[in-house]
Amino acid sequence: MRARTIAAGLAVAALTLPLAACGGGDAASGDAKTIKIVYRNYSDFPQMDTFMKSVKKEFEAANPGITAQLTPVSSLDSDYLAKVQLMQRSPSTAPDVLFEDSFNVNADAAAGYLLPIDDYLNKWPDWNSQFIPTTKQAGRAVDGKTYAVPMGTDSRGLWFNKDVFAKAGLPTDWQPRTWNDVLDAARKIKQTQPDVEPMYMPLGKPAAEAMSMQSLEMLLYGTPTKDLYDEKAGKWVAPSKGFEDALGYVQTVMKENLAQTAAQAEDTQWAQTQMPLLMSQGKIGFMMDGGWYARYWEPGGVAPWADWSKTLGTTKFPTQNGQAPGNVTLSGGWTLAVGASTGNADASVKFIQTALNKENSAAIDVACSWLPVREDVKADSRLAQKDPTEPFWSSLVSFTRYRPTLPEYPQVSNAMDVAGDSVVNGGEPAKAAQQFAQDVSKAVGADKVKTG
Amino acid sequence: MWLPPLAPSIVLLGLFVAGPILWCFYAAFTNSALSGISARRPKFVGIDNFTTAFTSSDVASSLWLTVVFVLLSAVVGQNGLGILLAVFLQQRGKLLRGIVGTVVVAAWVLPEVVAAFAIYAFLNAQGTLNEVLGWFGMGQNWLYTAPMLAVVLANIWRGTAFSMLVYQAALSEVPSDLVEAAQVDGAGPLRRFWHVVLPVIRRTVVTNLMLITLQTLGVFGLIYVLTAGGPDNKTRTLPLLMYEQAFKFGQIGYGTAIALVLLVLGAVFSLVYIRSLKAEV
Repeated sequence: MRARTIAAGLAVAALTLPLAACGGGDAASGDAKTIKIVYRNYSDFPQMDTFMKSVKKEFEAANPGITAQLTPVSSLDSDYLAKVQLMQRSPSTAPDVLFEDSFNVNADAAAGYLLPIDDYLNKWPDWNSQFIPTTKQAGRAVDGKTYAVPMGTDSRGLWFNKDVFAKAGLPTDWQPRTWNDVLDAARKIKQTQPDVEPMYMPLGKPAAEAMSMQSLEMLLYGTPTKDLYDEKAGKWVAPSKGFEDALGYVQTVMKENLAQTAAQAEDTQWAQTQMPLLMSQGKIGFMMDGGWYARYWEPGGVAPWADWSKTLGTTKFPTQNGQAPGNVTLSGGWTLAVGASTGNADASVKFIQTALNKENSAAIDVACSWLPVREDVKADSRLAQKDPTEPFWSSLVSFTRYRPTLPEYPQVSNAMDVAGDSVVNGGEPAKAAQQFAQDVSKAVGADKVKTG
Repeated sequence: MWLPPLAPSIVLLGLFVAGPILWCFYAAFTNSALSGISARRPKFVGIDNFTTAFTSSDVASSLWLTVVFVLLSAVVGQNGLGILLAVFLQQRGKLLRGIVGTVVVAAWVLPEVVAAFAIYAFLNAQGTLNEVLGWFGMGQNWLYTAPMLAVVLANIWRGTAFSMLVYQAALSEVPSDLVEAAQVDGAGPLRRFWHVVLPVIRRTVVTNLMLITLQTLGVFGLIYVLTAGGPDNKTRTLPLLMYEQAFKFGQIGYGTAIALVLLVLGAVFSLVYIRSLKAEV
């Protein structure tokens, strides 16, 4: 009996513990002759692979004897983070150079995954003369050291279909002043064009960080609460009236069927594969999303669409009641960082310097429809030529805000997603906001939160 | 004497089975994380993770969903359908056995992710099922309106072959003189099955139940591809909750604690099966 029970227990364990064993035949990062470059490559984001291949050629020609081993990670954006963090846990799989979302630099720096590179950057003339000071924040952690070099930044607002707006009797130079203006426009589209989904904003569990940043934070930062993190008090603001109002906005949108259905929001593939296509078919009235969205309509993108720049207009997202400063936008961006266990920090930094020199920085910003982080790239006419909306998105940077750069942010963002997801599926904003406050207090400590 | 030939397998088992389990036990008592300061210096937190787990409504609902998923898809679905198929295919023509066998086993042979995408293509809003139902005006998004039913069906479709094969083998071992004797005594097919065949293959039934239960407890890829645990966490079984906490939210310590809850659940199922085998002997 006992032996059998133990055997059964072992069988259970063997069958039910899908432990993540990663690794494989690629070079350990302790190797000085080979540097491993890790980035995301997926059908919705092929640009980085093309870019890295060309940088690799240039780098290897200039640094004979050193191999840049490209290690693309095939996954959706929402899975990329966990995959990379698992690689970073062991020096034998950790990357030398890493393509990293700026919101995670702090957490990874605190975990000891990244190498501070101030000494190298201070000796790099471009870093001191060309990189725009505010964008350098993206790679700087709370300890004051710099761990990553920005590749490009972005801003968020509204994209709208002028044809749909004309049919609905709405102005084609649309400038909503309040949340209600936005919702009223959606209602008008719904009344006049039943086969058009009035609006889109990233929602649902699969949207993950996109829902918390591009939907909930865009809303929250436009309420009188204004903040997710109070810099002066050094405390997270939860629970807050503003966050509950943001969830209330989502509830209105879902209840009146103004945006994608909950079923579409919960579909793991829909936002990446269907959404850019529906937009190009004129099946969506307007969407709240980032300036980089244009890349989906480029030739070779998910939904090639030659006329996108003629059909679509762009406008700023308003604050809740039109209160000052009138509009809200948020910026994030992607960076290149050096792994802490690299065997050749020198070569790794050189790779980043090659990847983000004037020419290459411009190339990747053009390819991904990102906003430039270098003064000399800002002046590059190719950006506006390829993407006529680029000057608009660039202009938003003057009043943009960034996500709290703290190691706890990713956990707070997760709690935000849980709250948002429950409202998408019919939950009550007040209850979800309460749960959010509890989750945040658990994640950051009860002494680090305040009511707002 | 016995050690030298066993040494390689003992080392391998120790390394790849016992090692991770022991690590899992250790990690469940720490606040180990994927990133942030706790990734570098995980702290021992005692039974905090378990207190959180047992007071969490998420774990309670996932535990319930896991039990429902196992009972419906493995115990009733795979097991019941498997034995039915095996009985009906007994003493049929070679052709019929061949065709049915191939169709059933095909789903089992497919890699998990491929099988999951196949059933996703069948069930999603623009899928085959809806195309057909649409002709009668009955189309709907099954993965959204009936997510648990969808994943249960998927697991039955995928796993029935195993039970069918096990029962086919067991049935062929039932002595035919026993069955014929019962027939001569006037027992109908149902009574023959219940009173003669079933007692003979009882051990096989329990073994099969144990194997498919343990396998179903660990099902992750199938559900992850179909619904990713949603909508509104209606299909978030324990493996999905564990994945979400450990790899989405980065709480490795808490995730491993949930893995241990899953392990205990598997042990409970196993004990019930082993007891039921003893009880009637």
